[in-house]
Amino acid sequence: MRWGVITFPGSCDDHDVFDSLKSDLRQQVKFLWHKEELKGQFDCIVLPGGFSYGDYLRCGAMARFSPIMRGVVEFAQRGGLVMGICNGFQILCEAGLLPGALVRNAGLQFVCQQVHLRVEETDAPFTAGMKKGQLLRMPVKHGEGCYYADPKTLEQLHKQRQILLRYVDAKGKSTAAANPNGSLENIAGVCNERRNVFGLMPHPEDACSKLLGGDDGAKIFSSIAAASAEKARQHA
Amino acid sequence: MRVKIFVSLKNGVLDPQGKAIERSLHTLGYTEVGDVRVGKYLEVEVNAASRTEAESRVREMCDKLLANTVIEHYRFEIEE
Repeated sequence: MRWGVITFPGSCDDHDVFDSLKSDLRQQVKFLWHKEELKGQFDCIVLPGGFSYGDYLRCGAMARFSPIMRGVVEFAQRGGLVMGICNGFQILCEAGLLPGALVRNAGLQFVCQQVHLRVEETDAPFTAGMKKGQLLRMPVKHGEGCYYADPKTLEQLHKQRQILLRYVDAKGKSTAAANPNGSLENIAGVCNERRNVFGLMPHPEDACSKLLGGDDGAKIFSSIAAASAEKARQHA
Repeated sequence: MRVKIFVSLKNGVLDPQGKAIERSLHTLGYTEVGDVRVGKYLEVEVNAASRTEAESRVREMCDKLLANTVIEHYRFEIEE
């Protein structure tokens, strides 16, 4: 499977994503510079974490106008898979590719810790390889990861089952204590209506090897790879 | 023309910064203080032929970049 990882000025997890995909998951990966047009054949484009444009104005507000984003929007409209991690999630929300917004953590502190996530839906490529209710463990590291959506949008998210991941405790309960940033309904990851664009605050790329404390993050990437291979088989 | 733009969080959006400042003011003895909300203030110099033109351009800038209307309101004042 062919992956593209975008580097924006201020991205800092682009190499983590690249290395995890290449070394841990044996995937084909290419770096994409934000100033270039999106050219070439890709199955999934990843917008990595970091502090694009220094988080000036709002996180992701300026990165969404980077030249490459025109191509990313078209790619998503054609049904291509797009995944935003942390700052990438913020950029996708700012770009209108995902509903809602990410605001300052309720506790005002930057959080850097391991969290447990519960897989809520499995009929999207990003979680298709997992079981509903399955628990994943991976780190979060952000200051502005509090997910917000207005009541109407939230209702839509429920109706279309777009909430793919929630913060939970080690037993799988979505409690207030298990919510690291005050996100609405403990939401950690959502997809769009068409289920080909996904954003999450936790970092699967930092949990792709047992050496780094866990490989639950690899389950998300391999889920995407399997779904993409299946799609290619159907088209062949 | 000089445009003063005020961006503030919509009601219903958590403002933990505002809450922390509110608590600080209470600690300092300003017990009369109620809800505190933190926003952004921008000053933008705009070259426009008329006030109406400036207004419509600034509104566009706010909708596109300066505010995220999912979570924020904005208003602006134009000074000649």
